[in-house]
Amino acid sequence: MSDLSEQFIERIKSANAPLCIRGSGSKDFHGNTPRGDVLETAGHTGIVAYEPTELFITARCGTPLAEIEAALNEKGQCLPFEPPRFAADSTVGGMVAAGLSGPRRASAGSVRDYVLGVKLIDGQARELAFGGQVMKNVAGYDVSRLIAGSLGTLGLITAVSLKVLPQPVAETTLRFEMNQGEALDQLNRWAGQPLPIVASCWENGVLTLRLAGARAAVEAAQLKLGAGETAPDGFWNDLRDQRLPFFAVETLWRLSVPSLAPRLDLPGEQLIEWGGALRWLSSDAAPETIRAAAAAVGGSATLYRAPPGLKAQVGTFAPLSAPLMTLHRNLKVAFDPQGIFNPGRMYPDF
Amino acid sequence: MNTPLHSRASDQDFSACDRAALLHELAGILPGTALLADPEDLKPYECDGLTAYRQMPFAVTLPENETQVVAVLKACHRHGVPVVARGAGTGLSGGATPVDGGVILSLARLKHILRIDPLARTAVVQPGVRNLAISEAAAPLGLYYAPDPSSQIACTIGGNVAENSGGVHCLKYGLTVHNILKLRVALIDGTVVEVGSDALDAPGYDLLAVLIGSEGMLAVVLEATVKLTPKPQIAKVVMASFDDMTRAGNAVADIIAAGIIPAGLEMMDKPATAAVEDFVHAGYDLEAEAILLAESDGTPEEVEEEIAAMKAVLEQAGARELRVSQSEAERLKFWAGRKAAFPAVGRITPDYLCMDGTIPRKHLAHVLIRIGELAQQYGLRCANVFHAGDGNLHPLIMFDANVPGEVERATEFGARILELSVDVGGTITGEHGVGIEKVGQMCVQFSPEELAAFHALKAAFDPQGLLNPGKAVPTPRRCSEYRLTGSARETK
Repeated sequence: MSDLSEQFIERIKSANAPLCIRGSGSKDFHGNTPRGDVLETAGHTGIVAYEPTELFITARCGTPLAEIEAALNEKGQCLPFEPPRFAADSTVGGMVAAGLSGPRRASAGSVRDYVLGVKLIDGQARELAFGGQVMKNVAGYDVSRLIAGSLGTLGLITAVSLKVLPQPVAETTLRFEMNQGEALDQLNRWAGQPLPIVASCWENGVLTLRLAGARAAVEAAQLKLGAGETAPDGFWNDLRDQRLPFFAVETLWRLSVPSLAPRLDLPGEQLIEWGGALRWLSSDAAPETIRAAAAAVGGSATLYRAPPGLKAQVGTFAPLSAPLMTLHRNLKVAFDPQGIFNPGRMYPDF
Repeated sequence: MNTPLHSRASDQDFSACDRAALLHELAGILPGTALLADPEDLKPYECDGLTAYRQMPFAVTLPENETQVVAVLKACHRHGVPVVARGAGTGLSGGATPVDGGVILSLARLKHILRIDPLARTAVVQPGVRNLAISEAAAPLGLYYAPDPSSQIACTIGGNVAENSGGVHCLKYGLTVHNILKLRVALIDGTVVEVGSDALDAPGYDLLAVLIGSEGMLAVVLEATVKLTPKPQIAKVVMASFDDMTRAGNAVADIIAAGIIPAGLEMMDKPATAAVEDFVHAGYDLEAEAILLAESDGTPEEVEEEIAAMKAVLEQAGARELRVSQSEAERLKFWAGRKAAFPAVGRITPDYLCMDGTIPRKHLAHVLIRIGELAQQYGLRCANVFHAGDGNLHPLIMFDANVPGEVERATEFGARILELSVDVGGTITGEHGVGIEKVGQMCVQFSPEELAAFHALKAAFDPQGLLNPGKAVPTPRRCSEYRLTGSARETK
């Protein structure tokens, strides 16, 4: 446990050049290429409060995700959105700033859905607290959820409070052979039924399903869906942490689309999660082709992993409409008027 | 009510604008029936569900489509006249209370469900669609819209978005913010923006999160894409009664500690139980200090398993009486009282104020004892209903506005409860919003720097401060007043 808030405030006060906020650096690849003087947050650590029966945990930004998950595990609880852990020392601050969720996202919700409160230091070196540790809280604008996924561009997150939930009592994995079209169709139909499907993954002609919940519900669903085969141990963790061989490519696109979107006819390999709503694409197709294909079905394409040159050229994130970009710039100015935090990490404009 | 509190909602001065010219312009935009300016016609709009505060608007507009909404906003923006959006007017914090000299923008006539997509499990609806109407329309498809505020028969989805409404099932199914995928909104200058996506995420900042719960101060909802949830096959409820509040509070913690997230987990104290039993005759245990309702929903197998587990925990926790609903009719009967708590209390008192703090559950007994002491101190009765699962407490302060001084005493009593909620680590509002009612207590919960950040955020969307001015976020001047007098309100 150590509290570095005062040091952070001094550092931000005296900053005369842009700062690059960095926890363990496990997500340096995410967003546009980081620039600015590195402000290390990994030393600001510690679980400040964890109350299992109140269903929340509060931790300083540099606390390793692994430490948090170990504490939760001890009480039979978890972070249901299953954030990817890219390294053993990935921090909770980075998790909130990146806003990335894992396999259970479609059924359990996203990082932002579980953020209850944040403490942050804004561009004027003011320490601010928004939200809190209770689940229902509508006092003031919901800044803490706005901060989730803002890539550190609005302020330095010093602490976060997250809602936690019990781990499912029972869990099982089923496997079916089917092509992509069949899998998408089936996943959407299942999702409209009260089945305990909490995660899905389609790759290369195989659909893997995860059932979790009350023991009786899982058993009943297993009977209903037909036995299928089981998957190897650790499959869901490998998917969550993006360690499956599929992810080991130089250029990887992340297409967030409506789950109903039909099979996207793009060159390259696809891995599909979230009941059809997340499509990973390893492809050398032209970025504009990929972005247009995602936009055409009402989604967007993120250039997730790529050589720095390509990211600089086409940007990580799909461009925003002009009025949306204006709102983004205005919000950036509201929290960081001098533009010192993570400039360009999200969009080159701010 | 004889002495309504005057809502001096805003510190800004809007007196200089040319209202005659605006009215003329609005008459050109809207059909005759969609523009009200006679005092007699304006009267029904002088307050929302927070009837203690009243203010006549300058005009009421009732546009029938998006083009008219945008045109009204543009006209008001050009003339520098404040706009207060309004749905069904059921809000309890004065979020839709008019601003002196301002225009009410009623979205009540935009009430069409545009589409329901059973496979995608979404509905696209206009802002004036009632919360319950969505679930009714989706029912034949085996789907429903999960957030269920107690005003769900009347309240609109636009208002739910503005307030980030909850209900009795949010512990398991989330608040409005967890159940909206996309919004089409108009900014004060008439710019139309879409935020969120039909996908599960969208590039850029999470503007959905900041718009939901923004109390009509950032933008006006034109269309909402809501998530629909498969209807559980079955639901059952356990009703348990307890001899004392501490024991009941511990029982709630025990259920959570056992790894159970009930679909609903609600508590009522003795005065609340007495009021509702008289009203709905649900067969509540009138001797008990606290009644706990714990619901399980899902597949029949799942519900059996969960109900048995909850029963065991509640027995262990010292419940004096336990009943499990044996039929859907009985389940609804058990819930009837809890759902009717506000009107039931309304029957036994001329007026009441409904408070809305959230507290960490472990402080429940302490907070209720303190509320009891305050009730004695202010000479007023108070019944408590509690969303026990998520810590959201609704003390209902009973008073009679015709008795001189009672409005003020009730208001002060309420303020003390909210301060108490903040003291124990909670918040002044869990689901009703700040509005004008709790704007003073915002100064207790937030520092001047945090309030300044809220004002800056507001300016990012609405630089002139024309949308619902004076609500939710107090000015520094208000906070100094509040600290001096313990009240940011002015009585007329």
